[in-house]
Amino acid sequence: MTDTAIEAADLDLSYRRRGAPALRGCSFRLPAGRVCALVGPNGAGKSTLLALAAAILRPTRGHLAVLGTDPAAARPRVAYVAQDKPLYPQLTVAETLRLGAELNPGRWDAARAGRVLADAGVDPRARVRSLSGGQRTRVALALALGKRAELLLLDEPMADLDPLVRHRLMGTLMGEAAEHGTTVVMSSHIVGELADVCDHVLLLSGGRVRLGGGIDDLTHAHALVTGARPLSDLDRHTVVESRAAGRGLTALIRPEGPLDAGWQVEEPSLEELLLAHLRAPAVPPLLTPGTTAAHRGVAA
Amino acid sequence: MVEYRIDRRSGVATYLQIVQQTHQALRLGLLEPGDKLPTAREVVEATAINPNTVLKAYRELEREGLVEARRGLGTFVRATLGSAPADSPLRGELVDWARRARAAGLEREDAAALFTAVLDEQFASRDMTTQGGSI
Repeated sequence: MTDTAIEAADLDLSYRRRGAPALRGCSFRLPAGRVCALVGPNGAGKSTLLALAAAILRPTRGHLAVLGTDPAAARPRVAYVAQDKPLYPQLTVAETLRLGAELNPGRWDAARAGRVLADAGVDPRARVRSLSGGQRTRVALALALGKRAELLLLDEPMADLDPLVRHRLMGTLMGEAAEHGTTVVMSSHIVGELADVCDHVLLLSGGRVRLGGGIDDLTHAHALVTGARPLSDLDRHTVVESRAAGRGLTALIRPEGPLDAGWQVEEPSLEELLLAHLRAPAVPPLLTPGTTAAHRGVAA
Repeated sequence: MVEYRIDRRSGVATYLQIVQQTHQALRLGLLEPGDKLPTAREVVEATAINPNTVLKAYRELEREGLVEARRGLGTFVRATLGSAPADSPLRGELVDWARRARAAGLEREDAAALFTAVLDEQFASRDMTTQGGSI
């Protein structure tokens, strides 16, 4: 087993020869065993990145390694649940699970797949086409977990679920991660709901990586400062954004050394951090130590 | 078995909520030496939080000497926390103090702020070590 789940170096992807690329120059490393939130506005490139890691797409340029090997070679150890939860509508739930077993010989864990459906009241004889959105998500997750994947790639997994089902499914997912050390990457444009579930974050916008790393490491690397002082006082630091606050200002910064005593300093929340970076596209990206791509040509 | 309740709006870090609720359970006698804490899997299935958050809380409790991890078995309570029973002399003195504070015209928040300030002063050194070790 490798200690790196995904490693990307200078990754580009263009859907059309002349169009704007969906991903440009993406470089990052996701250590194995993390639960990673892939966040960013609509059109940021989240789905594209997941499809690349799942070997559904090939990069236009750059290198991508999944579980230490080429994405296509890693496929048996990776489960990918696309945004629209593609399933065969004419099959029953039981037939769908049997398909999972047949397509994953030697890996399939029927008990694990069954657990995901057990408390949902999904009738095994029901046809997939007759299921609700939430039940369909469960069947898709049952397939993904039954595969005993080392890496789960989930594109907007909870988008069409009510809060109760969402909580329960997240619990199931976290239980699997706790038990088996599974790496999970899930995309969302709602930041708040992922803050408790994830320990790692990758922020994309405009096809570029803006922030990457452990959530605690990233919030520690920033400070929310308030004081009755001029902005020039913060020249030594990287200012992500600043706003007037009464006679002074409040700013989100990356401190590059000690701060003067006149500032009141707080640690930002994950949400504050991500939103500030989305509002300030010119601020240089930040990847915390251990989450930068180690070298070029990781899987040439 | 204790159950943890995670309040996402409290502003208290999730792992600290688990630590504090375990302290509370020890003070109230809901947990005693030898009792087993829920496994990380059980906690995350019930609360939908990240498994590493639970492990971080348990490591903190272990560092405080309150629990111990036994390989392959789980995490067990080792020690209990000093509790002040309802009829203790300390409680009586506190009741007297609260009455005098009220008679002196203090509002509930004033009294609470005063009490907290004194606690901060008297327990300062211990809190510093707790915070220092948790990072």
